[in-house]
Amino acid sequence: MARTGSRIEAAFARLVAEHRKALIPFITVGDPALATTLPLMHELVKAGADVIELGVPFSDPMADGPVIQRASERALKHGVGLNDVLACVTQFRTTNQITPVVLMGYANPIERMGLDVFADAAVVAGVDGVLVVDYPPEESAALLAAMDSRGIDTIYLLSPTSSAERIKRVAMAARGYVYYVSLKGVTGAGNIDTQEVGRKIAEIKAEVNIPVGVGFGIRDGATARLVSEVADAVVIGSRIIQEIESSTPENVIANVGKLVGSFRSAMDA
Amino acid sequence: MNKRFEAYSFPDATGHFGPYGGIFVAETLQAALLELNLEYAKAQADPAFIAEFQRELKYYVGRPSPIYYAKRLSDELGGAQIYLKREDLNHTGAHKINNTIGQALLARRMGKPRVIAETGAGQHGVASATVAARYGLECVVYMGIDDVRRQAQNVYRMKLLGATVVPVESGSRTLKDALNEAMRDWVTNVESTFYIIGTVAGPHPYPMMVRDFNSVVGKECVVQMPEMIGRQPDAVLACVGGGSNAMGIFFDYIPHGNVRLIGCEAGGEGVETGKHSASLTAGTPGVLHGNRTYLLQDANGQIVDTHSVSAGLDYPGVGPEHAWLKDSGRAEYVAVNDDEALAAFHRLCRTEGIIPALESSHAVAQAMKMAPTMSKHQVLLVNLSGRGDKDMATVAERSGLQFFCRASCQAAAESR
Repeated sequence: MARTGSRIEAAFARLVAEHRKALIPFITVGDPALATTLPLMHELVKAGADVIELGVPFSDPMADGPVIQRASERALKHGVGLNDVLACVTQFRTTNQITPVVLMGYANPIERMGLDVFADAAVVAGVDGVLVVDYPPEESAALLAAMDSRGIDTIYLLSPTSSAERIKRVAMAARGYVYYVSLKGVTGAGNIDTQEVGRKIAEIKAEVNIPVGVGFGIRDGATARLVSEVADAVVIGSRIIQEIESSTPENVIANVGKLVGSFRSAMDA
Repeated sequence: MNKRFEAYSFPDATGHFGPYGGIFVAETLQAALLELNLEYAKAQADPAFIAEFQRELKYYVGRPSPIYYAKRLSDELGGAQIYLKREDLNHTGAHKINNTIGQALLARRMGKPRVIAETGAGQHGVASATVAARYGLECVVYMGIDDVRRQAQNVYRMKLLGATVVPVESGSRTLKDALNEAMRDWVTNVESTFYIIGTVAGPHPYPMMVRDFNSVVGKECVVQMPEMIGRQPDAVLACVGGGSNAMGIFFDYIPHGNVRLIGCEAGGEGVETGKHSASLTAGTPGVLHGNRTYLLQDANGQIVDTHSVSAGLDYPGVGPEHAWLKDSGRAEYVAVNDDEALAAFHRLCRTEGIIPALESSHAVAQAMKMAPTMSKHQVLLVNLSGRGDKDMATVAERSGLQFFCRASCQAAAESR
């Protein structure tokens, strides 16, 4: 379902008009430090991000690979939690009213805060979408209702092993865009087969009438370019986290900006 | 009394025990769990599969395990009579083998040549490596690197059995992190690999399946107790970490409304100190490892580090069926501290000539606490879920002794 008037819908409409595909970088809030997250978000926008995915740190990120888990661990060392994530979005919105922000994380921190408390806080902060990795449609009717009633998009995953029946099921629940996990594995795993991705996305697009983004395993501009030919959006996660890991506090923002910019120019070329 | 449990039929079709359980995993694992669910249902309906499982339990594990009347211990305590279900006499020395045989047979039936497992103390890892050797399957065991050091002997046992042990360095480097890592392996190698979960947790159908394979324990007791004493016991006690031995002995007693079911969690240094693993006693509901259940977590919903003298109970969650049995009032859960478990360990050694696992010692300790408050006509049945050979180094260390070959065992474990 496309939500009329949402920032996510507006962003994709703008891209369609410009014949471009969305670039969606992922960072974990609090990595490498809480104070870095806000300037990083602005830098991502400057470098060409169309949507920002903000990782909510969790102690047991079962669906993520070692790179994103390390980002979570660095953030948790500073005690960063869901409240800090929401505070980051609030601050971001004081100067940026346009770029959609999607929170990505696991069910437990949200359940601990309480579904309605979280939903109210998210809408006040200016969150546009929520992707809860371990909330498949079957287990997330309450989340979907809470988000729908507040105008926030609930984003769902699809994978290479999703059956036709599951694609239909996700299509019914999905709001904003669908996130296609391009390989069997965890985030940051090996390289993806772009032809196989194209075939599956065609199957998904037959059922889903909102944009389809692709993530997991996109590590360079050339792959991003190939993926953007078949998908509406390209999500870059682990590669950015690696850049953060190999940077110093002084050059981390510039380095990440340069990296994201390189993905942008490869996709737009 | 308790009529409403006579037709107990949890989980429901979607894997829920009331509000608990379920399938809280990413889309990448949904197809694998659906396949497992279908294949398990088919296997359960196949008399040949059931017959082979039972044959293996009889000739390979050595079932049925006896119930032993701990007369000297009971007399000393001067109250209720204590009976021990001797799961420690199974092949590999614990109840864990009941489940790993069932799952390995299922893996073979599904044509998966590779099995993976997570392990804390190493008992489930050893049981998995054992059945993998028995059925000719490749076996990879994930184990937190801190546990690899603490349980060097079991690491070596797994290697002798042909398994590859992968030390896990992420997170808190213990059981929960080993489980995360095994899930990641599974999602990556799902076509060739069967994930043998060692406890009644994880996404559906695991809590049901692991319970079913372990329920042979309670099934035997329901027959054995009347043969021995002419009736069922007044209470059944078992230790609870993830809760597989407890579900194994509780399950067939659920409809027996007059039999109290008592789960004994690890109180560690005392629940009030925060250094414990008593999820049902001191935790709150949440979502971890694919199911909703009671968890030990902080105000931000992060899973906290746990503590127990017994590595096998050192887990921040608990099987969702226990969460439901607690809320519904059918079972009671108590916390037993490290010191109480150790005292029970020593006392059972001296009075009955049985060296219990530190995990099982928690249930023995609770029975020792309750027995003197009861009449001598009452009966407590304790699941002695495993033997204590693996705990020699831990107990010796707690007694101030260092005679064990820790250093050399550790060297053997770490040379790969």
